[in-house]
Amino acid sequence: MPGTDVSPSETQPSGAQYLAVQASPEFQRLRRTLRRFVFPTTAFFLIWYATYVLLGVFAHDFMATKVWGNVNVGLLFGLGQFLTTFLITGLYVRFADRDLDPQAEAIRAEMHWSEK
Amino acid sequence: MIHVSHLAADSTIGNPAINIAIFVAFVVITLTIVIRVSRRNTNATEYFTAGHAFSGRQNGVAIAGDYLSAASFLGIAGAVAVYGYDGFLYSIGFLVAWLVALLLVAELLRNTGKFTMADVLSFRLKQKPVRLAAASSTLTVSLFYLLAQMAGAGGLVALLLDVQSRLGQSVVIAVVGVLMMVYVLIGGMAGTTWVQIIKAVLLITGAGVMTFLILAKFGFNFSEMLGSAQAMVSQASTAGLAERDVLAPGARYGGSLTSQINLISLAIALVLGTAGLPHVLMRFYTVPTAKEARRSVVWAIGLIGAFYLFTLALGYGAAATVGPDRILSAPGGQNSAAPLLAFELGGVILLGVISAVAFATILAVVAGLTITASASFAHDIYASVLKSHKVTEDEQMRVSRITAVVLGILAISLGILALGQNVAFLVALAFAVAASANLPTILYSLYWRRFNTRGALWSIYGGLISCIVLIVFSPAVSGSKSSMLPGVDFAWFPLSNPGIVSIPLGFILGVVGTLTSRDSGDPELNAEMEVRSLTGVGAEKATHH
Repeated sequence: MPGTDVSPSETQPSGAQYLAVQASPEFQRLRRTLRRFVFPTTAFFLIWYATYVLLGVFAHDFMATKVWGNVNVGLLFGLGQFLTTFLITGLYVRFADRDLDPQAEAIRAEMHWSEK
Repeated sequence: MIHVSHLAADSTIGNPAINIAIFVAFVVITLTIVIRVSRRNTNATEYFTAGHAFSGRQNGVAIAGDYLSAASFLGIAGAVAVYGYDGFLYSIGFLVAWLVALLLVAELLRNTGKFTMADVLSFRLKQKPVRLAAASSTLTVSLFYLLAQMAGAGGLVALLLDVQSRLGQSVVIAVVGVLMMVYVLIGGMAGTTWVQIIKAVLLITGAGVMTFLILAKFGFNFSEMLGSAQAMVSQASTAGLAERDVLAPGARYGGSLTSQINLISLAIALVLGTAGLPHVLMRFYTVPTAKEARRSVVWAIGLIGAFYLFTLALGYGAAATVGPDRILSAPGGQNSAAPLLAFELGGVILLGVISAVAFATILAVVAGLTITASASFAHDIYASVLKSHKVTEDEQMRVSRITAVVLGILAISLGILALGQNVAFLVALAFAVAASANLPTILYSLYWRRFNTRGALWSIYGGLISCIVLIVFSPAVSGSKSSMLPGVDFAWFPLSNPGIVSIPLGFILGVVGTLTSRDSGDPELNAEMEVRSLTGVGAEKATHH
């Protein structure tokens, strides 16, 4: 990484080093990767949750529509919230393991910082 | 919100001796473990964070143990049994909230902090004022939450252990408080974590077994169980119950526009509050790396999600087999749905196990709250604000232990004073304060480079004060039959959930405060925080394996 001085491992890096790393393309890429996933995903699950709450409050009859036996739309949407929560958790872990960890690991190695 | 404190002078079901015996067994086993792990509590990192040495899975189970309070077990199952769909809403908010923690907070927080939430908030801002603000809101949230749990313990023993007298319930609250202090003082974070792990396993297994039994009763046909639940509600003789459609929204929050807005306000606080709860955040420091913090949230989401699905089945199952009339006339009212169902399904023994687990739940939750609040006082207020960091970590540990004792005594006295009072709104209030005072500053300081000290202070104090003022002048405190002070009326704010006003206010004040101040912080510190939060460079390391 340009401009990063090699420091002996186990000592805390200096402020100048942090500034250099922050400006480096590797770090900018990591930051972009993270934000491109978490911001839209957060927007999605918050909107979906808000939709669910608002439908329950203002669209009572629609939510009470029976779909299968006594199971109605409201209940299915509620269970859908569980499903999307589990799904997003799974997707995030796959994304973080595959896309975030190697990039973070490379920067740590550059700065001579082992995680454990 | 969820009532754990209904008292009635009726007899209990089951055998209190068996309930107490199973509970005593839990205390003996957990105390043995706490004493065993306490030998490692030789320095502050061990005491406050268990040496960052728990695995992601262990911590995930402990988070579930910390998060699933008696209110969420007895309260949600009961709310589903009596209100149906509207009870289910709570669990969805409580679960979806974990995505905020997983995606935005957990890993970055683990990478930048050491012992407390304020470590992260004050990282690149002015230490003293920001730490003081963050510690104030940590102590407020923890105390509200603690008080709700302690007062709930009184109602719970009336139901489960057949202790009806005020004196008897006060003694039980004192026992809970003393046990909590013992766990925290001897065990530190490691001991507290093990108590939570054991409790979570018992609670989730118990709820799972009951769910299996109740579904088996209906031939694993969920729709048929829903039908029976609605049929039982429609036949109910309790006033106003028979007209309820428990399968559709609106049984509890339908009707007036005020109650609809109240529900929306609650829903916002639930989903945004979790990632700002200090006792949840502090749990992320017990693991060695950000990757393990991620794994712990994954485990927590799996366990908490499964548990809330169980409570849905248990609630409708209780309505279908026990019936809302019997639930509401039992001591403990709505909260007795799960215990009554346990008795119906497995007799005295299953009831005993479920009762003891519910009680153990209170213990584990209050212990987690106490260690968080006492760590924040010692580390943020005593060491940073009062002594300008001129104290050793051993000294912080000593101050924290004294604080835990003071908090324990405070919790016992306030819990006894609040006996029989409707203080259930305090849990909702704790979530609202966490979402209005803590979450904005956490997110801004992690994601917004320009964010500065004034923004943090305005946001924390603005969120905290607006929440408290609005709740004091709300129907939760005065002016209605179910208020804490039913005799007087000084309520002018129509909602008992302040979140819809205070949460946007906290976020807006953070922006306005930041932009009206020219202070843009120390570029080196800003860079350090950003690089550390995303990469884990410079993070606190595990001290043993």
